[in-house]
Amino acid sequence: MNAQPQSATPTKPARSSNIPWAALPFLIIVIAMVLLAIAAPLVAPVDPNTQNLLARLKAPGTVSRGVTYILGSDELGRDVLSRLIYGARISLFVAFSSVLLSGTLGSILGMIAAFYRGWVEIVIMRLVDIVLSVPAILFAIITVAVMGPGLVNVVIVLALTRWPRYARVAYGQTLSVANMPYVRLSHFMGASWLRLLGRHVLPNIAGSLAVVATLEFGLMVLFEAGLSFLGLGVQPPTASWGAMLSTGRNYVATAWWIATFPGLALFLLVLSINLIGDHVRDRLDPKAR
Amino acid sequence: MPIFFAKRLLQALIAIFGVMTLIFFLQRLAGDPVLLLVPMDASQADIDRMRIALGFDRPVAIQYLEYVGNLLFFDLGRSYVQNIPVAELIWTRVPYTLMLAAGALVVAFGIGIPVGITLAIRRGKPIARLLSALVLAGQSMPTFWSAILMIMVFGVWLGWAPPSGARELSSIVMPSIALGLLSMATFARVARTAVLDELEKDYVRTGHAKGLPMRRIIFRHLLRNASIPVVTVSALEIANLLAGAVIVETVFAWPGLGQLTIQAITARDFMVVQGVVLLGAITAIGLNLVADLLYSLIDPRIRMGAGS
Repeated sequence: MNAQPQSATPTKPARSSNIPWAALPFLIIVIAMVLLAIAAPLVAPVDPNTQNLLARLKAPGTVSRGVTYILGSDELGRDVLSRLIYGARISLFVAFSSVLLSGTLGSILGMIAAFYRGWVEIVIMRLVDIVLSVPAILFAIITVAVMGPGLVNVVIVLALTRWPRYARVAYGQTLSVANMPYVRLSHFMGASWLRLLGRHVLPNIAGSLAVVATLEFGLMVLFEAGLSFLGLGVQPPTASWGAMLSTGRNYVATAWWIATFPGLALFLLVLSINLIGDHVRDRLDPKAR
Repeated sequence: MPIFFAKRLLQALIAIFGVMTLIFFLQRLAGDPVLLLVPMDASQADIDRMRIALGFDRPVAIQYLEYVGNLLFFDLGRSYVQNIPVAELIWTRVPYTLMLAAGALVVAFGIGIPVGITLAIRRGKPIARLLSALVLAGQSMPTFWSAILMIMVFGVWLGWAPPSGARELSSIVMPSIALGLLSMATFARVARTAVLDELEKDYVRTGHAKGLPMRRIIFRHLLRNASIPVVTVSALEIANLLAGAVIVETVFAWPGLGQLTIQAITARDFMVVQGVVLLGAITAIGLNLVADLLYSLIDPRIRMGAGS
């Protein structure tokens, strides 16, 4: 009965279609991409940076000098499929390391803010507000303008601009956990703050943080691709989906495959991660949606 | 009420000041700021001369005061590449970015809100499932890919719209859609949640009890209440649209602020980059402030919670 007012009787939690198997295909996509990225040298048909100027801008399926360009070749005659597989490494590496760094930083700061209160809380949470109120891409632009583009710089930028997301969640959750009787008891019994936060608070808030991390992971993949697309991220000749799209943009009229396949890969990866993230969130907190 | 406003305004000013300071020190932490302003192949003598000419040989504290002082008078410095005041350079680009953002907002709002309402009202029905799949797809679609696809299909293959540039009026259509898609997903989500929340309220039940038709309950009563979160999210989404414009403008060669920024980075025109980033940050902080104030105006309970 849609659109009927909810009565006081217990109703089914508001879930969108969330049967476990609904997320399964997407989990498989993500796992497959991770495996492909790890095994890139083994599965890629050819070296991603090998140029073949005789086979420039060849359509998918073209054979040249004994190499079959399954997904076509780019403007320097490099194999698009191989670059796609190697590009997955960059996307996943950047997303993984920036989520790990910003997640750790944010969680610790958030817990500390909630635990110590007072001026520590004010300073940390105000900083959270400031960083969150400015779009991350602006920080990225200014940082790249100063430090120059590159893989490591992208990770640093993302770590430094994304931690407030985790801090806010860690802060809120810690506040509610810190007053639970068992935590206070532990405190009265003389447990150090490190033990309190690590043993009692962290396990309780880890679920919420994991949800943030999953959703952030998808965003970070997009962010890396966006920066590389703008030429502010990973530098050529390293294969990156964003950079491939940027090349493809120049050849939309003549070679549709250069931009289409990395775009599709990005879309599938991000969509899958978002679906998994939504699913995990619904599982942990049915009320969130 | 005035106290809340003043407090929130002070916070915004502190945030702007914080961003300004951050940019200043970022320049110096990363090494010699003069190197950011000279061409790659400048000789050491030129670099030294530049350092003195620009005052980078003075103590950092004095440089900082001068920097803040200039900004207080809206002096963003000069572009060393084009030898024009940065503010002037930015000013010529602002209308384009605003036009693009407005177009995107129309797309995002015009599609996102009806979709969100439908999602809530028809929850569980096939139409809602289809729409929510589309929303999710829109959310996961990288802007630069949807933009390229549009150029390919509508610009090159079908020839319906000019593939890039800003020479004709129809040029704005594709960039607006590309930029609006992401916000469309956000609006749909917010509208859906807001309407779902309202559906559970007592007044809806009262309406039913009175025998009002569903249509009337929704259009006359429910949507007004559900509009509160949507209004606030709009202010925040404008900030996101402006940031997203960087990518969309690059794809479509749209002569706005985003394109200016990327060109400036490539040309090593640091003062311009700094100017745009500062302007963007201040705008974003301002929009955040507006969102908060709007929310507190519409819903007085927020003021009690103070802050975050």
